[in-house]
Amino acid sequence: MAIARFLIRRVLTGIVVLWLVATAAFFLFFARPVNTVAHQLAGRAATPQVIATVIRNLGLNQPILVQYWHFLDNLLHFNLGYSYYTQQSVNTMLKQDLPPTASVVVGGVILWLIAGLAVGIISATRARSLFDRFSAVAVLIGISLPTFVIGELLLLIVFVPLNQHGFHWIQDQYAGPSTGIGNWIGHLILPWITLAAVQAAIYTRLTRGQLLDVLGEDYMRMARAKGLSERRVIFRHGVRAALTPVVSQLGVDVGQLLGGVIVVESVFGLNGLGQVSVQAIDTDNLPVIIGFVVLAAAFVVVANIIVDLTYALLDPRVRIA
Amino acid sequence: MTLLEVKDLKVSFPTADGVVRAVRGVSFTVDAGRTLGIVGESGSGKSVMTQTLLGLTPGGEISGSAVFDGVDLLTLGEDEMRKVRGAQISVIFQDPLTSMHPLYRVGWQISELIRAHDKSVSKREARERSIDLLRRVGIPRPETRVDDYPHQFSGGMRQRAIIAMALALSPKLIIADEPTTALDATVQAQILDLLLELQRESDTALIMITHDMGVVADIADDVMVMYAGRAAERAGKDDIFYAPHHPYTKGLLESIPNSSAGGDRLKPITGQPPSLIRLPSGCKFHPRCGYVMDRCLSEEPTLRPVGDDGYHVSACWLPTAAAGLSEQAEEIRKKTVRAERSEASEQIAEEIAAAPESEGSVI
Repeated sequence: MAIARFLIRRVLTGIVVLWLVATAAFFLFFARPVNTVAHQLAGRAATPQVIATVIRNLGLNQPILVQYWHFLDNLLHFNLGYSYYTQQSVNTMLKQDLPPTASVVVGGVILWLIAGLAVGIISATRARSLFDRFSAVAVLIGISLPTFVIGELLLLIVFVPLNQHGFHWIQDQYAGPSTGIGNWIGHLILPWITLAAVQAAIYTRLTRGQLLDVLGEDYMRMARAKGLSERRVIFRHGVRAALTPVVSQLGVDVGQLLGGVIVVESVFGLNGLGQVSVQAIDTDNLPVIIGFVVLAAAFVVVANIIVDLTYALLDPRVRIA
Repeated sequence: MTLLEVKDLKVSFPTADGVVRAVRGVSFTVDAGRTLGIVGESGSGKSVMTQTLLGLTPGGEISGSAVFDGVDLLTLGEDEMRKVRGAQISVIFQDPLTSMHPLYRVGWQISELIRAHDKSVSKREARERSIDLLRRVGIPRPETRVDDYPHQFSGGMRQRAIIAMALALSPKLIIADEPTTALDATVQAQILDLLLELQRESDTALIMITHDMGVVADIADDVMVMYAGRAAERAGKDDIFYAPHHPYTKGLLESIPNSSAGGDRLKPITGQPPSLIRLPSGCKFHPRCGYVMDRCLSEEPTLRPVGDDGYHVSACWLPTAAAGLSEQAEEIRKKTVRAERSEASEQIAEEIAAAPESEGSVI
């Protein structure tokens, strides 16, 4: 019951948030001169009459509030409008470009979780060992290197030499899983590593810190005094308690990732959501930009609801209300 | 029958600031079914000592022996030690609020202990036994409370649950490390009564670590007073309370708040416990001792018999006749001190006498 009430309230507030974000995006972009798009569409030598026609056709000559009303009306019907240039539905465009982005995100998250948790746990249980010191340095490097540098480095020292020497498994650009799982992985392994590198460093640090705190707790001493095996003490009692903040951090990160993979996508030439939105910004393709903003905001809202629910599941002291 | 015999146990920890000598050679025995009270201030080494017995002090340098039921605990490997922990020797830690895992149900935590030592017990059986144990320690409606999380229990109930865990496998020895310190006074008495009652029922030996002489008076058969990592005095409970020999024991007794004493001010022991890295010379208590003599500055006394029974031992240079709280005993102490004191010790004695009472520690 409490969960149903919680969900209803969170979904309602989520809708309000989405409306606010959409409205803000709408007015930010529509409050500027409309001529640039028309100029681009009509070509360089267009006469003022032609431009006026284009503007009328796009509906940009109507009062801003009327346009806003149309926009909201469409939004309520889950219609994000049409691209200025191709007249393609924004819904279709986003749907088309979601798979590469989703692939990068899912694989990257799995990779960085495995790496971050494993290194973090080993570092914490062997604090101040050689491994711990080494991983601390690696974490620092990972956090300091910008994503595009890691991506370019991987291209330079992995992708290029391998392909020169006849190994063609690792490729750039995107190929869906329908072309074969191996092929899909080959196309995405470098983007995954790139995306995971920075995040794995952050999660290593987070996991290590959390687990070190937990290892000093009285209930860990108690667990040992009960005669449990060291592995059970570390994992069942230690890691389990250290995991709660890590999981909630993960929800926030994944929610924000939709906009964060733009760099990875452009380094590896994946035609995902990031690429599309950058193109849309370059060409003032307003419906696409707003569509992307609304989708990204929806991701964050959903991720936050999931985080709060998971948190309550993971920690009995947290009550959903 | 001797259950546990600890001989010359030493524990030290190398740190960046120097070696912390937490336990500096302690010997004692615990008989089956008896209760040993170990008393001392914070930092006297009492908790480190008992945790060392169970191998719970990683990083410590340990020597000596601790023969429990015919086996030297200090030589056991990790796997063998695990079989002792929780099953043959249980520990009840000081703070029940933080000693239970916050994310697991109370019953689960008890069942986990049972099943860790006997894989043949099914989950359902372990749960039934957990409910019985909770009932035994006086948790109301145990069949529903077994599924509660620790945060749904009060402090006293949590300590009861931890006691239930300690009893689960009928250990031969329970080590209670200040089990009532974190609880309020009325609950303290209930928990002590419960411990005593359960101990009588099951004939378990008990080591009660405390800094509270009142707790010792309630529960102990024998008492060991510890100071700076060593035993200062060891005796049957009555000897400790009525014929204390060591000035530190006497100081502890005088600092017990006693409502019947009618408005007398507490006499705190002046000064602070010594740093375990840079210990004072000679007798480690001499910088705080009102009976300090010359030889206390250079020679550390070892335990020697002071009573008629041979069991009462004390590590103090005062003559054996000085044991007790009587005026005669005080006379003997004063006379000895007058005879044995010259300039150096006189100066320390004056400093102690001049120290404002507020600086002393009432433990």
